[in-house]
Formats: sequence, structure tokens, C-alpha cells
Amino acid sequence: MNLVTVSGPPSSGKTSVILKVIEAFKDRGLSVGVVKFDCLYTDDDLLYEKAGIPVKKGLSGSLCPDHYFVSNIEEVVKWGRKKNLDLLITESAGLCNRCSPYIRSIKSVCVIDNLSGINTPKKIGPMLKAADIVVITKGDIVSQAEREVFASRVNSVNPKAITLHINGLTGQGAFELSTLLYNEEEDIETVQGESLRFPMPSALCSYCLGETRIGEDYQMGNVRKIKLGDEYE
Amino acid sequence: MNNILNALTLKELQQKYPFVINYFEENRLDVEGFENSTFDEYLNHFSEEEIEEWGIDIKGIREGLLEYISQMIEFLGLEEDRGIESLTIVAGTDKSGKKENFEEFTIRKSEIVSIVGPTGSGKSRLLADIEWAAQGDTPTKRRILINGEVPDMKWRFSSNNKLVAQLSQNMNFVMDLTVYEFLKLHAQSRMVEREEEVIKEIIEAANNLSGEKFDLNSQITSLSGGQSRALMIADTAILSSSPIVLIDEIENAGIDRKKALNLLVSSDKIVLIATHDPILALMADKRIVIKNGGIDKIIETSKEEKKVLEELERMDSIIQKMRNDLRIGLIIDSI
Repeated sequence: MNLVTVSGPPSSGKTSVILKVIEAFKDRGLSVGVVKFDCLYTDDDLLYEKAGIPVKKGLSGSLCPDHYFVSNIEEVVKWGRKKNLDLLITESAGLCNRCSPYIRSIKSVCVIDNLSGINTPKKIGPMLKAADIVVITKGDIVSQAEREVFASRVNSVNPKAITLHINGLTGQGAFELSTLLYNEEEDIETVQGESLRFPMPSALCSYCLGETRIGEDYQMGNVRKIKLGDEYE
Repeated sequence: MNNILNALTLKELQQKYPFVINYFEENRLDVEGFENSTFDEYLNHFSEEEIEEWGIDIKGIREGLLEYISQMIEFLGLEEDRGIESLTIVAGTDKSGKKENFEEFTIRKSEIVSIVGPTGSGKSRLLADIEWAAQGDTPTKRRILINGEVPDMKWRFSSNNKLVAQLSQNMNFVMDLTVYEFLKLHAQSRMVEREEEVIKEIIEAANNLSGEKFDLNSQITSLSGGQSRALMIADTAILSSSPIVLIDEIENAGIDRKKALNLLVSSDKIVLIATHDPILALMADKRIVIKNGGIDKIIETSKEEKKVLEELERMDSIIQKMRNDLRIGLIIDSI
């Protein structure tokens, strides 16, 4: 079984891209399954189900979604093998842009969209910078110039990645992406012992533990204060 | 190459490769005060805590910079000999697996070809094949040749050198900038040397296409449909690096379509127009008819058709004139 991790900001077009890519795989007779990770809510699993794709979803709830991902990925891989999948795709929403779910030896795809603004590549951390493939969506509704500027910004934060433009509505470009995702020779049995490409932050403060009150008296653990420049007044 | 990061100071590095500033800027690397240090020394100054706090990937940034420099050197070198003389489509199959109804079709620089066919007939797939420089490895099994040869696969993966630029009816400007700021941004991303001249050239060309004039201080998001289209076309013709331009319809209102096509053609582009509009379809030198996912016919626009086109253009100009008359408050009493 092959494994691919797809991530990207909310509403960037991850699900549309994956659905179109799977269509291309179906024509090649490969069976593909998806596990969708999200935080509070998702009904994307229904879209996959409707397309006849084996799917599971995991909601992280009160936990950080990326921590939740890494705590469950091994079980997810086992599920994929039990289902006899040729390719398992995990989809996760990058919520705070600080982390990424990418695993060192596993192909990673970041999906971002042209509408998110030209400074977005700068704001996204390892989710964009450590991806093997960057997919840029929604190019059909912005000008050629904006597409070029956006792509060049992406290239300057992650020059090593392959950049593809995909139209999530017509699927233009999705076939091309599919050729980069599956490798017959590869067979992943487990990700046990593998490591993340980039560490997730080690924040643990009173608010992580359920504190709701505001004020220094209630702040414990790893707390950082904003620098407003007038500390000595 | 590897040792430039520990042999050159940042000042020397910036003198040699001025574009590295973009890399520092986009990766939020504040190098101020490190002008006399090497890049490696600069990277070493981050504390463990800073690395963790801001998600800095030291190894990735180092490798990324080397890759960025070599890509930019290649990109800047390519400017000179990026000339594309012709694009050839070698027949594949339609949706039922039947061979397409032609052998090879070559489009030369400065030629205009229209693409016609019902919605869903496979126009997007044809475009995707061209964009991907397909080599029998897409569902249509088509092959794309550039200058008669199998093209360099850099077209597939490079983000700075895409084969096809696209213009369509649905495209809008989304950045909150003036025309000047917008063009400057685009020129910078293309590493153009004579920025100001190019910007002037584009605004003049755009105003030449658009019925209503606008200037460099206008906000791009508040331009009318015709003005936006005119600016997009002028900008694509003059600033885009892509040698092939695909146009998905151009609306009739507010823009001189003949001038628009001439502008693209005079910038040495290969122009493809997907359209249902008879004027646009007949303006092309040839047209491709797509049916059931395959190219069914390639028709050369005949002399008779060109005559019909003249008639259509005459009718079109009557409508245009009437539109302008209405705009300035005249009464319409006859055609």
C-alpha cells in the first residue's frame, strides 16, 4: 500500500483535489481510501462515501489536530491494509499554520489556493515549506498575473517542491498529480518508528488543561507574553 | 555551489545574486546586522528556543536557498533562448478509445487557433495535455511537441516557467492594489529589468484595448469588466513568461477583441481561443472541432468565412456604437 498525507488551510480545496485525483486512479483500476482528520466538524466523509470511496473520519475535538493525527496514524495505516487499499490518502486541515502532519519517508502534498492572499505562503510554516508537492487551486478565478506572483512566492519558500495548478471543479491537472502519487514498487506496512518531518510545539499551559479565567494568577506552565514595547514604563 | 554559503558574506552573496533578498523576505529571515557574516554563520545564530518557537527548519532553509539560487540562475539564463517557434499536437484517442481524426497538427508562433465543441467535449483535457506537455501518458494518449521535439520536462514542474497562460471570463483581480502596484509586483516576480518602462507599456496597451480609459492609480478591484479584461490581456501579452496563451471566451462588451488578439500575436505568443462566439471563432486562422473527447476536425478559416466575418464585425460595431450612444444619453431611432 502507498501512503500520501495531504494537508492545507481550511477551504483551500483539499477534498475536491483528492476526489478528482481518485477519479484518475479509478480509471487505472487502483483502489484508494481516505482518512479525513479535522477538529470540530467535517462532512467531507459523505462526499467520499457518495463517490464510493472507503473513508473514515477522525475529529480531534479538544486536542490539537496535528497531535491527534500523529497519535493515530499507525492505526489508520493498519485500517488501510485491512481494506486492501493500493493507496491510502490522509487529509488534514492545517489550522494554526504552525505544524504539519508530514512524515519523513511519506509523500506529502500541501494544497493552498490563489484566493488566500499573496502573503499566505509567508505565513504558513512547515505545512508548506516541508511539502514534496504543492498544489495551487482556484486559479480559474484570478488573473494570470496573480497566479504567477502567487506561484513565485510559493517557490521562494519551498524551492524544492513540485508545484502544480489544479482546477478542483473541472479536474484539470488532477490526472497529472495522480502520476506523482503512486509508485508500484512501494509498499508501506507500518509507520511505527518513523518520524515527523518537523517537531510540533511543546506548549502546555493552564489553558491547555481547561482553565478559562483571565489574568496572571491563572497562567501556569509554558506562557509567553506579547511584547508591546513599554514594559519599563 | 555548496560553499557559497560559508565562503561569501551575506553582502557579497546579495551582490552576486540580488534575488536572494526575495528568499530572505519570504522566509522571514531578518539578516540585518549580519552583512559581514556568511549565511551559515547567520543560521547558527538562532537559539534552540527560537528554532522551536518560529518553526525554523535550518537544514531546509539552507538546502532551499541553494536550490532557489540555482533555479533563479537557470530562469534568468532562460530568458534569452526561451523562444518557441511551434507547438505540435500528435493524435491520441477520443473517449471511446478511437484514434483522433488527424495525424499531427502544428501551430506556429503568432498563429491563432480557435477550439470549438459542446461543453464537456474535452476542451479542458486538450488544454491540460498542452500544459502538461503530455507524452502519451494522459487519458487521451496525445503527445505534445515543442519546436518539433519532445520538450524539456521542466515545463511540468517548474513554478516559474509554465507553458500556458490562461485568460478567462471568470477571472477577477483579487489583490487590494492600485494598477501601478499590481504591475510592479508582477514585474518584480518576473525579475524584469526595465520595470517602469514595462509598466508604462502595459497601461498604454490596456487603454488601447479598453473603451473606458483608466490610469495607474486606479484600484484593480474597482476596474470595470472591460477594463479588467484589457489589463489582464495587456499584462499577459507583455509580462507573462508563458509562450502559449489560452483564452476561454472574451466578452464582447468594453474591449476591442481584434486589437487584443493582435497584441498577443505581436508579442510572439501562440494563441488558442476556446469559444462559442462566431466572431472569435472566425478571427482564428484555423479551428479545432472537439467531439467526444477527441479532435474531430481541423478546419482552415476559408475566404468565404472571412467575408462572413467582415459582415459579423460590421454588425458588431453597430451594436458597440449603440452601446456607447446609450451610455452618453442619446436617443436610438434607427440602426
